Amino acid sequence: MSPPPPAPAAGPAWALRCRGLHRHLGEGEGRVHVLKGVSFEAERGQVYAIVGPSGCGKSTLLYLLGLLDRPDEGEIEINGRRMSNHDDAARTAARGEHIGFVFQFHFLMLEFTALENVMMPMRKLGRLPPAAMRERAHALLDSVGLGAKTHRLGTQLSGGEQQRVAIARALANQPAILLADEPTGNLDVRNSNLVFDLLTRLAKDNGQAVVLVTHNPEIAQRCDVTRPMRDGLFV
Amino acid sequence: MTSPNLRIAYRFLTAKKRAMVMSLSCTVLGVGLFIVTQATTSGFERFFTKTILGINGAIRIEDKIQDTMRSMAAAGGGDSHFARRDGVKYIEGIEEPQALMAAVREFANVRGVSAVVRGNVQLQSAFKAEDAQVFGIRLEDHVRVSDLAEQVTNGSLEDFRNSPTGALVGRVLADRLQLAVGDSLVISARGASRRVQVAAIYETGYREVDKTNVYLHQAEARSLLKRPGGATFLQISLHDPARAPQDAARLEQVLRHSVKAWQEREKTWLAVFRALRISTMITVSVFTLIASLAMFNTLAMIVLEKTKDIAILRSMGYERRDVTRIFLWQAGIVLAVGAIAGALLGAAVTWLVSQVPLPINGIFKTDRFIVTWDPAHYAGAVLTAVVMVMVASLIPARRAARLEPGDIVRGTAQ
Repeated sequence: MSPPPPAPAAGPAWALRCRGLHRHLGEGEGRVHVLKGVSFEAERGQVYAIVGPSGCGKSTLLYLLGLLDRPDEGEIEINGRRMSNHDDAARTAARGEHIGFVFQFHFLMLEFTALENVMMPMRKLGRLPPAAMRERAHALLDSVGLGAKTHRLGTQLSGGEQQRVAIARALANQPAILLADEPTGNLDVRNSNLVFDLLTRLAKDNGQAVVLVTHNPEIAQRCDVTRPMRDGLFV
Repeated sequence: MTSPNLRIAYRFLTAKKRAMVMSLSCTVLGVGLFIVTQATTSGFERFFTKTILGINGAIRIEDKIQDTMRSMAAAGGGDSHFARRDGVKYIEGIEEPQALMAAVREFANVRGVSAVVRGNVQLQSAFKAEDAQVFGIRLEDHVRVSDLAEQVTNGSLEDFRNSPTGALVGRVLADRLQLAVGDSLVISARGASRRVQVAAIYETGYREVDKTNVYLHQAEARSLLKRPGGATFLQISLHDPARAPQDAARLEQVLRHSVKAWQEREKTWLAVFRALRISTMITVSVFTLIASLAMFNTLAMIVLEKTKDIAILRSMGYERRDVTRIFLWQAGIVLAVGAIAGALLGAAVTWLVSQVPLPINGIFKTDRFIVTWDPAHYAGAVLTAVVMVMVASLIPARRAARLEPGDIVRGTAQ
């Protein structure tokens, strides 16, 4: 059983675009210029890999694109809407509606069941009635192969299973953009392939732009576009 | 449970069972102790108030005010003069009690009024002599301004009513003179003596009263004290005794007599009770403060342990105010459960305390610990806990809301 099809995409072909992003981290003498004018576009239905050595700024870029952080300089557009200068409430609302996150360490809320974790973004957005939320969460968990474990707590799931729940959760509100920070970094080879296949298949089925940060060259090669980074810039 | 914030708050809280139980216990204890201490301290105060209202009424009108006017030439001379009220002179007693009683009855809050003739006497029983005070009353009037009917312990008011030479004698005085109902005694005053019979023995619990006061029919007292007219004072009972100061001021203004409310008459004891109440409130506030600190500690710990969850929630579109609410809900859950359990504990302990034997005889008489059952105590306890715990919870809740999701994720991921 697969989740319901997405609403037809409207607006520009790209779901996410940034121009000239600069970001410094740290204070005083420890202040580092991490991003040095990065520009990037992600189209719907495409899977992008950002690769590069540790500390090159790829995760920092991902958090900026996901509106979890603010750039010191530059512009970010989500679905044609400029978001970099918006206040926290607008950026939070945009995250809930347009962006899904998958983190390296799963970041499930462990006191909740798999089903509740997947329902959580839907509950906040409040777009669906409770029964429909539950139905969609079941469908998403089915699609990541966890239909039989919907009522297990996060603590009762393996690492690979937790990451699959995180993917289902990221897709819950049918976001235009899926951002994944080392989604397979903490998994064995079998689970890595399983999670990557799931991510790309579901995103492509739903016409979502997927941007993932990875150290894994095999994963990077299987993406539609690979963008290597070095010293805060794409090379 | 429909609110996602409430649902999350509940799970966060129940995941930290030990800390939650600690916060909850402190809240329950704070609320419970607040209720118990208020019930016990105000219990004695109210019982004292009931006792003195049952003896002396809510208001007493004693002496007539005689105004004196003095005209003075204003400094600087000229033809201008002004009148200045420079003092109050009192004429002892009530000259026309019937007229004054009729006027008093016109006041809406007045329940009853009784004219009393009072005088110092000496009592002589077969065994002993004692100094005492005679109160000449009209029984029908006086039972409306006192609890005399309930204070009779031996004999009956009916016997007193039917016996023109009957006397109501206080318990302590009767014991000292070794008097029982039906015994006779001689009352002497101003060179005259009368033999009266003990119709009943009463006990107010106020030792000074029970030791000195003897009630006679007013005609008998007038004859004994050689006072054919007038009265020593008027005793008044009110529908709402709490309003006595306002009514007393109004009565004094209208009737031009010295009028004293029970709150002024008993201000020394009332001040003692007030001080006791405040001191216990301070003690109990410390318990509530400990409850709020425990809540602060629990929430601060949860904030520290749940930073990742806060980042997840923020990444999913939960706003800062949602995070604040999640933490305030946690305090709210503890408060709701703590308030209910604390109120039940308070009620249970209050009941247990009320069963504790505690003989007191002096300013009132009781065999047990006295408590008051007042919903205001429960409301006050809950309100105090709500204010203190919510104020203490705001700090960690706002700290959680201020956390930047990017900082949290970056710190964990790298």
